[in-house]
Parts: sequence; structure tokens; C-alpha cells
Amino acid sequence: MSNQDFPLIFERSKEGRVSFNLPEIDVPEIDLEAELTETYVRQEAPELPEVSELDIIRHYTGLSNRNYGVDSGFYPLGSCTMKYNPKINEDVARLDGFSHIHPYQDPKTVQGALEMMFDLQEALKEITGMAGVSLQSAAGAHGEWTGLMMIRAFHEANGDFHRTKVIVPDSAHGTNPASATVAGFEAVTVKSNENGLVDLEDLRRVVGEDTAALMLTNPNTLGLFETEILEMAEIVHNAGGKLYYDGANLNAIMGYARPGDMGFDVVHLNLHKTFTGPHGGGGPGSGPVGVSAELEPYLPKPVIVKENDFYNFEYDRPQSIGRVKPYYGNFGINLRAYTYIRTMGGEGLKKVSEYAVLNANYMMRKLEKAYDLPYTQHCKHEFVLSGRRQKKLGVRTLDIAKRLLDFDYHPPTIYFPLNVEEALMIEPTETESKETLDGFIDTMLQIAEEAENNPEIVQEAPHHTIVKRMDETTAARKPILRYYKS
Amino acid sequence: MDFRYLPMTEQDKQEMLDTIGVNSTDELFSDIPEKVRLKQPLSLKQPKSEHDLKKELVQMANKNYNVKEYTSFLGAGVYDHFIPSVVDHVISRSEFYTAYTPYQPEISQGELQAIFEFQTMISELTGMPVANSSMYDGGTSLAEAVNLSAGHTRKKKVLVSKAIHPESQAVIETYGRGPNLEIIYIDHVNGRTDLEQLASELDEDTASVVIQYPNFFGQIEPLAEIREILDQQAKTMFIVSSNPLSLGYLTPPGKFGADIVVGDTQVFGIPAQFGGPHCGYFATTEKLMRKIPGRLVGQTTDENGIRGFVLTLQAREQHIRRDKATSNICSNQALNALASSVAMSSIGKHGLKKMAELNMQKARYAKQKFVEAGFEVISNSSFFNEFVVKLPVPVKAANDKLLEKGFIGGYDLATYYPELEGHMLVAVTEIRTKEEIDAFVKELGDIHE
Ligand SMILES: Cc1ncc(COP(=O)(O)O)c(C=O)c1O
Repeated sequence: MSNQDFPLIFERSKEGRVSFNLPEIDVPEIDLEAELTETYVRQEAPELPEVSELDIIRHYTGLSNRNYGVDSGFYPLGSCTMKYNPKINEDVARLDGFSHIHPYQDPKTVQGALEMMFDLQEALKEITGMAGVSLQSAAGAHGEWTGLMMIRAFHEANGDFHRTKVIVPDSAHGTNPASATVAGFEAVTVKSNENGLVDLEDLRRVVGEDTAALMLTNPNTLGLFETEILEMAEIVHNAGGKLYYDGANLNAIMGYARPGDMGFDVVHLNLHKTFTGPHGGGGPGSGPVGVSAELEPYLPKPVIVKENDFYNFEYDRPQSIGRVKPYYGNFGINLRAYTYIRTMGGEGLKKVSEYAVLNANYMMRKLEKAYDLPYTQHCKHEFVLSGRRQKKLGVRTLDIAKRLLDFDYHPPTIYFPLNVEEALMIEPTETESKETLDGFIDTMLQIAEEAENNPEIVQEAPHHTIVKRMDETTAARKPILRYYKS
Repeated sequence: MDFRYLPMTEQDKQEMLDTIGVNSTDELFSDIPEKVRLKQPLSLKQPKSEHDLKKELVQMANKNYNVKEYTSFLGAGVYDHFIPSVVDHVISRSEFYTAYTPYQPEISQGELQAIFEFQTMISELTGMPVANSSMYDGGTSLAEAVNLSAGHTRKKKVLVSKAIHPESQAVIETYGRGPNLEIIYIDHVNGRTDLEQLASELDEDTASVVIQYPNFFGQIEPLAEIREILDQQAKTMFIVSSNPLSLGYLTPPGKFGADIVVGDTQVFGIPAQFGGPHCGYFATTEKLMRKIPGRLVGQTTDENGIRGFVLTLQAREQHIRRDKATSNICSNQALNALASSVAMSSIGKHGLKKMAELNMQKARYAKQKFVEAGFEVISNSSFFNEFVVKLPVPVKAANDKLLEKGFIGGYDLATYYPELEGHMLVAVTEIRTKEEIDAFVKELGDIHE
């Protein structure tokens, strides 16, 4: 450790320090070692830190100061919907009656929790236009896999064992093909056309008797609405396949259109995006799955039902794919989403999408002067610029992202989607003010100018962060994945 | 209605529409085909003011019987442990909880370092050299371990102990359908995995053996003997699911040659929350480092030689590898991993052993009380903080009575084990007092057919 390094909690440790008072032992003590065979009694204590309570608080406060959240500043990270995380959600999630209840309590003792889950299921059905919803999946990717497993179960129930392929667009998020593999399918790619939308000709070419499903986000990862969605649905359905909706981009269309009405058979939502579950530095999320009536029997079990004003679990679902997770999903995140939906109502959610789309289009029109915009139609909640003009000047998209750090912004998503060269994917969200957008736009324009007149300042960025660019090559070549006491 | 999360004024909106060159926001949605446009408003409950909504949700919460008001002996995978106040203070810092995955290391050193520390703590506890940054929970982490073993060994058969958490069994089955695994269950005898059956089922087609330690019934499985059986098949992998608190007292699975150790860190600083979010951990050998699912944080230096941390070995992950990734996991349980790190730092090296011992002492006292009260207790001395009591009535009936007396009783084992009708799994953690234990045993003793 050099003197500029921020110490690890282990490096703050000092033999004999404690920050934990256990309850006193109030039962007659027995000799535990006599109870177990010696083989099973741990000989060396694990090297956990020995620190005082203030040490802990200083350490983690120091770490938090070396981190950046939505509360710190603008976070236009495309595809991630980094909107404001309301504080009431956090307060509600911490109520004893929600946070300190056990999943195996008798349903009659958790009626409030089950009521919330049931109500949330109903709300998500209405928002997506689907017939049934399960809250069990823990995140988006988990929801994708859950949905694909249902599609697989559906085909197999029809004696259809040869539907081995899942089609994903070249612009799809990496979890889509990865989930297809985990569900036992082969992922095949369909190309995008010159408008950034799925190429119907190519779709007709790849679709066939072996098609299990087509996975789509709509709007897609370029932030563009797939206008030929009904034709696509027809092509896939006529071939006997199912249509899967990746709900990561639902923030664009709430109250305007619903996946269920577009012909989608299965939908997952990212409650930690559209519905304000905080990202937590990478999780936890929640990825509920909605299905059409035809696929409802395959939902993970149990599902929450209401009978004569009593909320209960329904386990007797013989065609269910079974469990995808112990217990009932990320209840705490579902509760935050529920609180948000109840704050906004139908009217509010539509306004959310209205402003998410307005903000994105405004920024796009301001920025297209300085950066290449490969697809020029109106966007939805996000848009993708290309840094290829700057690349010719020797400034890469990565450099632009790093330069933004000097102005206290979180950069956009970069190098995704893969079908745009030097991609910069910008999603402002609806919770940002015009002043914030204007400030970011000005900075982006300034960086474009720097790329022309003073490229080094961009290439060598960031200049003002606590650490500079990291040696990622060495990190991967000689991985150091934990601390050892020297 | 005004919405406090939406800052645009009418004037802002007009200026922005002018810039875009449209007359209304509706024009921005004109690309949605008429046929799929929603014609009616979403039919949801009316929006509520902050005050009114909070009032309603407090009432909803109050309909639930919580384990702070009721004295709980319910465990079965989710436990009521002491949570130091520092935990919630740390995870309530919005620089942590409102951040995304740390893709930009220069402004994410806080999160990255916290995860690096989490990886270190999990590695220490399990006795495994490598741990990842978290999984959704213990159950899915175990299922991913099973799938990894099948992929790594190119074998399809997996031997799963019936004494692992029954809902983890169910999750393994669902995950196993992807790669078409053949799952063979090994029975439990007297609350432990039947080692004879294990030995007879083990063969060269076996990808892995899955054991829980301590197991679902609280028993400490003899990992040394299981290791010996496994040594018959050099390729077969040894997967152990383990309550990390117990590893403060028990020899870690790494010492018995486990290939993958998984579990849930809910015991460290994470409230039950009706079953989630909790936090899975995933630890393994150096050899399997490049097959591990999910995110890994590695130490490196910046251009000036200052120590720092980055997401690393990303060539395993979905955003690079797409359909060839080692897993589809993207978002994980980072904030809960942070909560557990803070709790583990707070408990500390010596506190951890003491806390584990306190669980064992109190559970043994409770067990003794049950024996003295004439109950049959199905558990030998080798258990952690849970044991099985046979009741003269169905567990549900007993729990109904207990509830009237202010107790949340133990887990009804008949739920998943029909052969264990009338058997209650009792969990006793460090926060149960002697008085509570005495009263609980007495109340149960008063319940007759
Ligand atoms: C388009 C898209 N699909 C799927 C996912 C995966 O969601 P999660 O991270 O919740 O698993 C993401 C999130 O990064 C995404 O942007």
C-alpha cells in the first residue's frame, strides 16, 4: 500500500479492536468442542477485520465519497434508466412489517405483504397488457431465462421438441443470447436494416420450424420503435414461434402502447429501471415476468391469488416450470416499485414516458450537430450517437466518456449496441430538469470542440478524478481478486 | 395533478418542442402504429400524495406479524440475527445505493473496493481462493454451480442430497432443464445424507455431488467422509452450500477439497424481507476462476501507480461473450453484498466465532429443554443452530396456538418432506433469550392432541 492508496478495511485492522457487542450468554454453557468431531472445528479464524465502530463508519463513508450515484449528479447511462430513486420508497421498505417478515410465516400472518404482491401483479398486468404475472425473478436476465423456460415448456407440452433456436437482433443486449443458452437454446442473430430496425427480409430467412422465440426490446436498444412489430409478430407466430419482450426499455411507452397489444407472448420488466428500484451499485433488482393467457399455466410457482378477500399462495399448478428462485422474488424491490406506481398512477406513468421521450429527443437534436447520428428519426427514451467523426481525429468514444468525468457527469453507455461504431448511448430519463440537460449538452459540445482543437485534453482524460485510467490489461492477465495479509 | 419527480415546466416543454421542431409530444410517438396504440388511460389506482400513501402503506405493513414483535423460532434458510446499526447507515448512503454497476472505475472506486473486500471476506470464510461479487441468492447460486459442473466436466448426472434446502432442489431442477441434467436425489437418514446411497450412485458419469453444510435440518454433514467417497471419481466435482455464519465455528468446505462453495449472506446484516432480496455468494478454486459466473473485481493500479480496482475477467460475461458467456447474470445483489461486508467487518474476526458459538450454545440449550419436556428430538450432537422436534400434533396446529401466545413457531417439515409429518424444524439464533426459549418449550409442551 502506498501512501496515496485508500486503505482496505483489512489494513485498518488492529488486533483486539471490536465494534460488535453480542448479547450476553444467558444459558448454561457447555463444552462445544466435545459436541463435534475435531475435524469439523475450525482451527484458523477467518481474517475478518478487527476495527472499531468509528473505523467502520469512516471507512465506508470514505468509500462512498469515492463513488457516484444518481443523487450525486446526472447519469445518462443508456439502457439503464438511471432515474431518481424516491426516498419514500426507502422508508416504506424499512417498515418492520415489511422488512422483518419471514417467507415461511403462515399466510394469515402476512396478509399485507401478499396484498401488496397481488396488487403489484395486477398493476403490471395492466401496464403491459399481459394476462398473468410472476414476481419471482430477481433481475432482468433472470426474467429472460424464466420467460424462455416457459416458452420451452409450452413447446414441449405441444410435443414440439425441435424448436431449438431463439432469434435475437444484432442490437440486442448481451443477456438475451446468454439467457437463450442457459435455457438450452441456440441463439441466432437477425440483422438490422438501414433504419436501425429489424430487417424483415432477414427475419423471414432465419425464422422456421426450429424457431422457439424471437426476443426483442421495443423500443430497441437504439431507442427506436420497431414500427413493423405487427408484421414481425405475424412472421414469428406463423412459424409457430413465440415473441419475447425485453422490458428494459418500457420507460418509453407506458400509457402509449403495451407489449401485450403488440403480440408479445412473454414480457419481463426491470423494476430497478422503469419503476425506480435503486440500482444499488449493481443490484439487487427485480425482473417480474408477464405472460399471455396461453402461457399462464407455465408461470413459476407459487403465484399469489385472492380468494374471498384472503390472499394466498397457489402451488397447485401442474404445468408450472417450477421454481426459479427460493421464496417469492425480491420482495423489497417489488415493494419500492409498488410505492412508485401508487405515487404516479396511470396518468403519472404516461407523463413519465412523455417526458423521457421529450428529453431524449431534445438532447439528440442538440447533439447531432457535433456528433454523428446514425439513425435520424425521432427516438424514444434514448438515442445512440456514433463517435466515428471524433475517432478520425484520434479521439475515441472511451476518451469522450473519460473527459465527461472531469465535468462531474456519469458518462453514457459506450460501445453498445454493437451495431453502431464507437457508440454513445444516451438516456436522460424524465426526472432531469432542462437546466441539467442543457449543462450536459454544453459539455458534450465543448468536448467535440476539444476533439478538434485540443485532442490531448480528451485523450488524456480524466484529469480531476481521484484515480486516473486503470491498467485493466494487467488486472485481467494477473488477476488479484482478494487481499492477503502480507 | 402535479408529480414531484417530474421537473419540466410548461415553458420548458414548449422550448424543447420548438428545438425538436414538433408541435406536441404526441408527434414524437407517431411512429407507434395506430393499431397498437393504447386508446384508453391505464386503469390503475389514482395517484396518492406522499402523506396519504405512506399512511396506507404503514397500515398494510401493520397487517403483517413481524419478527420484531413476535418471538420467532423460524429459520429454514432465512434467519433472524442481530443487525448492527452501522449496516443501514452505510447502505443508506446514496452514493452507494443510487449508483449503477461500477463500469467507470475512476468514479466508482468506492463500490469496487467494497466488492473486493467482500470477495476477500467470502474467500476467508469458505477457505476458497476465489469469490465473485455476488449472485441473486443462495438457491440460484447453487443452481449455477451445478450447471457449471456439468459444463466443466461434460457430464450430465448430478447427485443432490435430499438434505439441501428443498427450494434449492426445486431451483436446481428448473436450471438443470436448460442443459438437460439428470438429477438424482440422495436420501436423508436421521437428518443426514445417506452416504451408502451416495457411494453407490457415484460413477464416472457424475458431474458433481451437492451437499449442504450445515444441512437443511441443521446437521453438520461429514464432509471428510464425503470427500473420501468422492475421491473414487477424480473428475466429479464437490459442491457445498454453506451458511457462512456457521463457518465462524466449522472447518470451512475449502479444507475438504470443495470445488465450489455457495450460500447466502442474509445472516450478515440483511433482514428477512419476506424472502428477498438476500445475497448469494459463489466461491471456487483458482482452476475454475475463468468459469465463474457474474462479476469479479480485481486489483490493479492507475497511470500514476495508485492502487485501484476494476471489473475484471469480463470475457466470461454476457456483455462480451453473449451466447458463449459462463452465465446470463448481469445485475446481481451488490448493495446486499455491501450490507454483509459491513456486518462482517462489524462482527470481526473474533466476534464471528463468538456469534457462531452463541448460536450453538442457545440451540443446544433449547434442544435440551425439549428433551427434558419429553419431546423426541431428531438430531445428534453435531448440529449448528437448528434441530428437528417431533410434535404430537400437526405443526400447523401447533403454530396456530403458538401465535396466540406471541410466538412464530418453527418450520413445518411436512411441507416438502411428507415422511416428516408432525416434525418441526426449530431455529435458535443468538438473539433468543433463555426466557424466550423456556416459554416456547413450555407452550409447545402444553399443546396436546
Ligand atoms: C436491454 C437490456 N436487457 C436486459 C438487461 C439485463 O437486466 P439485468 O441487469 O436486470 O439482469 C439490461 C440491463 O442491463 C438491458 O439494458
